[in-house]
Amino acid sequence: MIVELSKLLSSLTISADWVGLRATQEASTHRTVRDGIPEYNSTSTTQGIMVEVLVNGQIGYAATNSLTLESVQAAALTAQRHAIVASKWAIYPTAIAARPKVVEDYTSPILKPFDALTPGEISEILIKICHTLKVSDQIVQTSATAITTETETWFVSSNGSEAHQKFWMISTDYSATAQEGAIVQRRSNNGGVAHCYQGGMEYFITPDLWERVQQIGTQAIELLTAEECPTETTTLVLAPDQMLLQIHESVGHPLELDRILGDERNYAGGSFVKLEDFGTRVYGSPLMNITFDPTVSGEFASYRFDDTGTPATREYLIKEGTLMRGLGSLESQARAGVPGVASTRASSWNRPPIDRMGNLNLEPGNGNFEETIASIDRGVFMEANRSWSIDDQRHKFQFSCEYGKLIENGKLTKTVRNPNYRGITPTFWGSLVNVGDRSTWQMYGTPFCGKGEPNQAIRVGHGSPIAVFANVEVFGGGS
Amino acid sequence: MSQTVSFLESSFDQLVAAIGNSLKPDEHFTLSLTSEQSQFTRFNHAKVRQTGSVNDGTLALTLMRDQRSSYHEFPFTGDVEVDRSRAKTALEALRKEVSQIPINPYLVFPSGTATSREIYTGELLTIEEVVPTLLPIVADLDFTGIYAAGLMIRAYADSVGQKHWFATESFSLDYSLFTPDGQAVKGTFAGDRWNQAAYAAKIQESRTQISLLSQTPKSIDRGHYRTYLAPAAIAEMIEILSWGGVSEASYQQGGSCFAALRRGEKKLSPKFTLRENFRHGLVPRFNELGEVAPLELPIIETGEMVNMLISSKTAKEYKLAANGADQQEGLRSPEIAPGDLPSDQILATLGTGLYLSNLHYLNWSDRPTGRITGMTRYACFWVENGEIVAPIENLRFDDSLYQFWGENLVALTNVQEFIPDVGTYEHRNLGGTWVPGMIVNDFTYTL
Repeated sequence: MIVELSKLLSSLTISADWVGLRATQEASTHRTVRDGIPEYNSTSTTQGIMVEVLVNGQIGYAATNSLTLESVQAAALTAQRHAIVASKWAIYPTAIAARPKVVEDYTSPILKPFDALTPGEISEILIKICHTLKVSDQIVQTSATAITTETETWFVSSNGSEAHQKFWMISTDYSATAQEGAIVQRRSNNGGVAHCYQGGMEYFITPDLWERVQQIGTQAIELLTAEECPTETTTLVLAPDQMLLQIHESVGHPLELDRILGDERNYAGGSFVKLEDFGTRVYGSPLMNITFDPTVSGEFASYRFDDTGTPATREYLIKEGTLMRGLGSLESQARAGVPGVASTRASSWNRPPIDRMGNLNLEPGNGNFEETIASIDRGVFMEANRSWSIDDQRHKFQFSCEYGKLIENGKLTKTVRNPNYRGITPTFWGSLVNVGDRSTWQMYGTPFCGKGEPNQAIRVGHGSPIAVFANVEVFGGGS
Repeated sequence: MSQTVSFLESSFDQLVAAIGNSLKPDEHFTLSLTSEQSQFTRFNHAKVRQTGSVNDGTLALTLMRDQRSSYHEFPFTGDVEVDRSRAKTALEALRKEVSQIPINPYLVFPSGTATSREIYTGELLTIEEVVPTLLPIVADLDFTGIYAAGLMIRAYADSVGQKHWFATESFSLDYSLFTPDGQAVKGTFAGDRWNQAAYAAKIQESRTQISLLSQTPKSIDRGHYRTYLAPAAIAEMIEILSWGGVSEASYQQGGSCFAALRRGEKKLSPKFTLRENFRHGLVPRFNELGEVAPLELPIIETGEMVNMLISSKTAKEYKLAANGADQQEGLRSPEIAPGDLPSDQILATLGTGLYLSNLHYLNWSDRPTGRITGMTRYACFWVENGEIVAPIENLRFDDSLYQFWGENLVALTNVQEFIPDVGTYEHRNLGGTWVPGMIVNDFTYTL
């Protein structure tokens, strides 16, 4: 494909300072079984080419799903028209350096290929999962989903880029809803579609699959008779499956350079972080170490280079509590005058790249799970995100989890339902008092990170150990 | 436009015929099309941030046989040979796959005789016109947002001869104006013909609003306040009712916020009426089975739950009558009935409390009890004795719809406002929400 794309590029008749072609081809299967009956079986294929043309310091783009020379030529001329008319009103003169030459190749690690299981075999496993989730007649709904995605991108440009990346990705989701009268409780496998990885069927048929599924059903029933989460200000311990959300919303989004530069203010919002904060701002306690790490094997958003061609490397965004760099590639770094990372990405061929997260991880600290809990006299342990809301500056948040446990005298005691907590980002991360060790570290991801105009949903990964926060407002459900 | 639409419709028809001709006697198919030729120009600080065009189209071919089904999505380019070849490949793959998939006893085959054809032609700005037309009159403002425009097509055909074709040209400008200290007003300007005088008037209205934000924002303590929710704020609330609210399947499977209303355990105010109203004509009425929704479907009538959205599949599973809902059983053309409060009486009736222009990032904090949390956003004010005193710092609310649409609902304005759906995930959305403003007592703010 690189050869064909390079030929297309060299065949274009266009006057421009720089031209780039990014072709994407994606094939995904989605299978959902609900209450043991097939709900969805689908295969989606999409392919197209995004043409970017730089003229007078302004990039114009045009995307087409027709791969003929005629269509790509027409797209290039459309992109050129956009660039020319907008160049007089450009927010910042974009240099060719914002699209560096890249010659690279990357393929996700995969142990068991997708075709190791037939559609029929996948369906049978999903049906068995539903049946196993239904541990009681109080389970009123069960659901099991497996999604496989094979994505390839090819990037060529007038300054010599010839790069290719192939991603094998798999996502799974299992849940059980229990009901007794007006009480309804839903338990899932670490939160909605949280099991997102680069790899193959090894992430579907896992050694702990049936034990996990049984536990999900059992805990949904357990929550029906559990006490409401108490309303108090206390020590909060978050499991890695909730840290996924906490890192994403209160660290990832505020550090996106396009938000800080104001590009996102009309949609997703801005950020409480200012450009002058980089290198100096104390973002959290000294225990807080957040990395942008595209090199973690199997994590959902690992890659070799971003969609501008910038090589991706592991970097500390926050080191020992101090803000070091933002999320955004060379174009935003030049506009902002602050360091960033290779994270300017597009959701597909039909959207331009913008500043995104990739893999954002909280690095491990000290102490295993038992030692961490043993150090707490009173608190609440929460697992698996259920609901999330945060303001447009990424400041005031309220998050709900599926499952909670009281911590009393250094031990997990009663189960509590509808565990919620709220806080303000700098205060919350400033109260990080303990971070679990590598044995407590788990990685998850989501395919649903949304932002941008036009809107784009993109895949991100988040790994974390358990984390302990002091003096947090927790509360339960009810009106 | 007409030439493009005719060409694409002809391509679609030829594809439908080709699939139909290759079908075996025991097979059924449905074919859905989502297509657009869109222009997107994004602004920040009254300058261009990104600008471009997207030509896209996706076909979804569903094969049904022996109570089993699966579907394949693939690109629609309009090139008959290319698309026909892909459809053939998809059909062959579906035949292999469907035979392996377990039986779905609730699978519904297409069975109607409905056809429809709606084409709405617009007069849109060219690529060369957009930026010089939009930016000069906001050049002195901190203007940010997105202009999206172009042709959108939704189409459907199936093995029993139903066919629907909906094509429309439209534009939307979704924008914000910011003050130097970060306060902002929001505006949307949408239609099918660009009208410069109307655009100038809209911007002037926003200039007037932003002048009210010049004062230092007032910090409000958490608590309960009488509150006016403007139409854009209500539209945000209506949006999440499609997420575990009005769906019959959701109710049957324990996921609806309206279960307590339906069981008679909770009540809503007789002032509250929610319905689907397709008379506005901005979205197609057909669904994934070619079924046509009624022009109007009351959902909550004067506080009483009268209908949930029921798809044919849900109807078959729970032995109910379908009412034209799509498979997601979400709202496609919702409206809330207006009340009797004149717009010029909003502040006087509010008295002392909060005036909220917009809400942001809503989510269920406890769905079975109807509790929603979210943030205030944009031009929100503290009001005393019917006079705006100052803008407020953002507040988090967390309250149950059984409270604010129940006994705490004081009044609805006597006019509805159209809030366009400007979403563009995967493709430009159609339609929007028709809603009045509301005054409620004791709205709960928590942070």
